[in-house]
Amino acid sequence: MLKKEELVKLQEFAKEIRIKTIHQMKIRGFGHIGGAMSIVDVLSVLYGKRMRYDPKNPNLPERDWLICSKGHAGPAIYAALAIKGFFPMEWLDTLNQPGTRLPSHCDHKKTPGIDVTTGSLGQGLSVACGVALGKKQRGENNTIYCFMGDGESQEGQNWEAITFAAQHKLDNLILFVDNNKMQLDDMTESIENMESFVEKFRSFHWDAVEIDGHDFEAIDTAIEQAQSMKGKPSVIVIDTIKGKGCRFAEEMWNHHVSITEKQADEAIALLEQA
Amino acid sequence: MIKIMEQFQAEKETMASAYAAQMDKLMENPDVMELEADLGVCIMGAGMKEIARRHPGQLLNCGIQEANMVGVACGLSAVGKIPFLHSFAPFITRRANDQIFISGCYSGANIRLVGSDPGIMAAYNGGTHMPFEDVAVLRAFPELTILEPTDNTMLKNLMEQLVEKRGVYYLRTARKTMTKIYEDDSIFTIGKANILREGTDAAILATGIMVAEALRAAKILNEEGISVRVVDMFTIKPLDREMVIQCAKTTGALVTAENHNIINGLGSAVSEVAGEHCPVPIERVGVQDCFGEVGDIEYLMEAFHLTAEDIAEKVRTVIARKRG
Repeated sequence: MLKKEELVKLQEFAKEIRIKTIHQMKIRGFGHIGGAMSIVDVLSVLYGKRMRYDPKNPNLPERDWLICSKGHAGPAIYAALAIKGFFPMEWLDTLNQPGTRLPSHCDHKKTPGIDVTTGSLGQGLSVACGVALGKKQRGENNTIYCFMGDGESQEGQNWEAITFAAQHKLDNLILFVDNNKMQLDDMTESIENMESFVEKFRSFHWDAVEIDGHDFEAIDTAIEQAQSMKGKPSVIVIDTIKGKGCRFAEEMWNHHVSITEKQADEAIALLEQA
Repeated sequence: MIKIMEQFQAEKETMASAYAAQMDKLMENPDVMELEADLGVCIMGAGMKEIARRHPGQLLNCGIQEANMVGVACGLSAVGKIPFLHSFAPFITRRANDQIFISGCYSGANIRLVGSDPGIMAAYNGGTHMPFEDVAVLRAFPELTILEPTDNTMLKNLMEQLVEKRGVYYLRTARKTMTKIYEDDSIFTIGKANILREGTDAAILATGIMVAEALRAAKILNEEGISVRVVDMFTIKPLDREMVIQCAKTTGALVTAENHNIINGLGSAVSEVAGEHCPVPIERVGVQDCFGEVGDIEYLMEAFHLTAEDIAEKVRTVIARKRG
């Protein structure tokens, strides 16, 4: 159970991540707002409570890893990293600007705190498997977290990695499937219905649960249980709302969209009032 | 420092055996790993299980999933492991192309791709397994080095060097028996081509199995009174530009020879450099933009015009062009 003050802290952190994510996209006037917003509450629990890291030493060997295979959610992670002090807050004004350290998709070589470069969908989990296996072989107890999109799960390479992770009993690997139910062109179920993730993963010999991806208590409990799992990798399917917490986005198709200054300011004002 | 054999003869062991023996030795470093996509026996031989037993956890059969294997190798390299990953050349390159680009080169990973039996060396596996395009595709990947070992000595030495190197490397490696060109204690410099024979009328720049053919061609031509330099261009990328320019300047005529499509392989690379810095007549020996087929090596060499006589003929042509 989260203590009352812990819950408040995580809620505030999530709110701040959301505000700063909208702020980044407002400057350029576009962005992958939906898929960034849907994972914010999990990011809050990870960076606010569960993950080990040192903002002054992003490559700390003892750190936990976060690999965002859906690389377009980068701006939400940048917001969390800036708030935690991995780099100056002013960097958030530079998203997608010429010469930026914060490109639209996660880039390990450019951004302190981004562990792995992603962008071409379907590749992150394989790299996560390599990191997890390497850490296990060294007898180190880092946890390797990975985000995969529900639409992204259509890429076949993921299923190669899913069988690999089970075969090698990567119990230091915790995968979140962001089930926000929308992909670029249409609803995921109308393009290629991947449901049920839990059943699929269990049949691939993973530990699998499904939770409300915006319920802090459920997120924290699921991570805690996944961390104690032995002999199997764990997946936490997070039932999320694409664009969650950004009013205008929630009300529209919101994969990669244009964002006016007015829309952004209103969305931020609503979050600040909440 | 390289030393060239006085007489060129067939190696005593296959290149696959040389690879396995060297991998067994390199695995004394516990961070060195060898990843396979279920073709381990093809390059490690029957002793694969014994090698795996001697080095627990270092030989990893990922199953038939090249894309995932590349990603896993990149993840392993991110935590300090030194992975070599092998499959047949078309599968390790063509099948996992985007993974090599994004998870590998773009991300700054440290991986060593080993593609076995390139070009016609795939022999009886035929057109599906016969990559004439692997160099073409990978040559346009920034921060990737392409090496085509000429004999067992070079393979072993390059493997040893790659343990210390950082970056993405592609070793285009035969499995069959090569011609021994270099003495055992030769040490090679990545990015520096080797002059194997001096000559003044033209220069043949060759890689892989074509190096031995080029030496045979030089002998044929010598008997006709034509003097040709033979250069082993084992580093296809980054190309030894100085060597190309110097060959163009001193001989005035170049012939390239490669077991690959003439499009965007060694011939293209040499033409680009010569065209920019010292334009001279160039002829390219290689596969003329077509698919592979089944056959033994001898048949395939003839069918795709990769023999010493094919090279010699191109040399005669290029010298005639030079003389106008």
